[in-house]
Amino acid sequence: MNKNKEQLLNKRYKAEQRFRLYGLSAIFMALLFLTIFIFKIFSTGYSAFQKTWLIVPVTFDAELMMLDQNPSKEDLQDADYYDIALKSMADLDPNANEDQENELKRMVSYFFEKEIKNELLNDPNLIGKTKEVYLTASDDLDQVFKGNYPRDLPEDQRRVSDYQLKIFDQLVANGKVESKFNISFFTNADSREAELAGIASSFMGSIFSILVCLMIAFPVAVLAAIYLEEFAPKNRFTDFIEVNINNLAAVPSIVFGLLGLGVLLAIFHLPRSTPLVGGITLSLMTLPTIIIAARASLKAVPPSIREAALAMGASRMQTTMHHTVPLSMPGTLSGTIIGLAQALGETAPLILIGMVAFVNTIPGSPMDPAASLPVQIYIWAESAERGFVEKVSACIMVLLGFLIIMNLFAQIIRHKFEKKWS
Amino acid sequence: MRKNGVKMIKIKAKDVDVFYGKKQALFNISLDIEENQVTALIGPSGCGKSTFLRCINRMNDVIDICSVKGEILINDFNINDKSCDVVRLREKIGMVFQKPNPFPKTLYENVSYGPTIHGMAQSKQEMDEIVETSLKKAALWEEVKDRLHEPGTGLSGGQQQRLCIARAISVKPEVILMDEPCSALDPIATAQIEELIDELKKEHTIIIVTHSMAQAARVSQNTGFFHLGQLIEHGSTDKIFKNPDNKKTQDYITGRFG
Repeated sequence: MNKNKEQLLNKRYKAEQRFRLYGLSAIFMALLFLTIFIFKIFSTGYSAFQKTWLIVPVTFDAELMMLDQNPSKEDLQDADYYDIALKSMADLDPNANEDQENELKRMVSYFFEKEIKNELLNDPNLIGKTKEVYLTASDDLDQVFKGNYPRDLPEDQRRVSDYQLKIFDQLVANGKVESKFNISFFTNADSREAELAGIASSFMGSIFSILVCLMIAFPVAVLAAIYLEEFAPKNRFTDFIEVNINNLAAVPSIVFGLLGLGVLLAIFHLPRSTPLVGGITLSLMTLPTIIIAARASLKAVPPSIREAALAMGASRMQTTMHHTVPLSMPGTLSGTIIGLAQALGETAPLILIGMVAFVNTIPGSPMDPAASLPVQIYIWAESAERGFVEKVSACIMVLLGFLIIMNLFAQIIRHKFEKKWS
Repeated sequence: MRKNGVKMIKIKAKDVDVFYGKKQALFNISLDIEENQVTALIGPSGCGKSTFLRCINRMNDVIDICSVKGEILINDFNINDKSCDVVRLREKIGMVFQKPNPFPKTLYENVSYGPTIHGMAQSKQEMDEIVETSLKKAALWEEVKDRLHEPGTGLSGGQQQRLCIARAISVKPEVILMDEPCSALDPIATAQIEELIDELKKEHTIIIVTHSMAQAARVSQNTGFFHLGQLIEHGSTDKIFKNPDNKKTQDYITGRFG
């Protein structure tokens, strides 16, 4: 009898130990996957925050620019910079033939003419002088400099020719290639050229979408939750509504995209590809999440507080507004932010309403066409150029940073409001 | 209180039935409550004494499935009548609950809430006065006067309950309902509250539901004994405890059941 009991006890302890082990290994697995994921993204993405520049001597020859003596500001604006730009690239190799000159030109971004123009506009005294100008390297050379380019491939399988590599190596040896922080990644809109593409358009698009989504979803959801929880009679009709809200939370997001396409664009003719339409579509998706969170936190307010207020002669409205809703706010707000974070990472519905279009302008309002961060990731991930690989990871890093900040915000709100009184 | 030897009746319940859905919780309760006296309602758990108490300020309205029949007259006005305004009624009838339930706000806000929503103070000064007198009447002023703007939830259990009493009397109610106000408190806090009840009955009519027969005997002048949803017996506390008419009352008082 006693022996049996001891065996049983041992068995119970062992079961507990096993259970702990399972739990620990589950956490370990989760951490491992997370680490691999983050390491992969950071290791491919960090280089996108650096940009390679070629330092090329440019002679600002007034004759080539078709400028008279003492040119005015407008003259400088209208001057022809293409020839001096071309010449300064060709001068990198005095012995180059015509084909090679073309290749030399393609070592920098097609933007190089403008970079030279800006240099002169900043300092008009440069006319007739020679200055070393920073020119954005082409995306392939950028990758070569960052060591991401397979130089040992046969030449016909590479986008960089042997000749370009030779000149580039000379420039590197002379210290005429520099890597600097990539500001244009944050200030430029999308571009077909990887070296010029930035996230400004999609970042602003995401912010506008989220704001529209917040402004629609939050008031509607909170009012709906308050009504359902505090005022609605409990009958079959409200049960039906409750079941449907829960169902709505489980509807795949692409369905909401179709709804946006069919209703907002086809019937109401709202402007296509805009954060306005995106935000409305996302708000439909976020609504049930916020309603459920708000109802849960209203339910969590102790009934004794409601009774206390009612017994003091407060009306139902006063009880709700003075006591129940303020107490439920921390939960509601963190639910809202989690819902918004979900919406921020949503791609499918935005693709359907046209936010996947190529947008090379930065939106100034929710009515301007824009992309959004997750859609930008999708667009770049589809592009063939090697230069976009690191951009995808960099964009993911920005999106993750955004999400982390939002979640942090949710935590802070929670703590701030909850600590105050308990 | 007796004027010229006649009992002044504050509340008159006539044939009150209460149903929770189909289940009947109170049967035909008729009970008179005397003005400026403490009336204790005793009885075993689930006998309906709290339900009856909650009829008096119509807190049962909050429960969807609960329905009340019969008349409850306060100052000869039937509160179950359709013309009765619940908000006004509850202004006149304060309530103190079993578990102290101060609002998660400051002490000051707790006490000033009732006067604020009922518009009882014209200025900050008047409000300060109401808060001070209410807290003084609840015998809490000396303990908290230096921390009026700290959270009410930071007080001890007994202090919280006295805060709830202060909150209830801040709107100068005619009647105070107490639903087992001491069941969550230790003996010292209980003694303080009982002393307070004795003081409060000078200005208010008090009905107290209690599980403790000793407490009923200590604080009340009248007692009603409930059993299984029926009012078995009621009368002066002296009589109920010393010489009850009904055998069930006798058995309960002497601890034979319940």
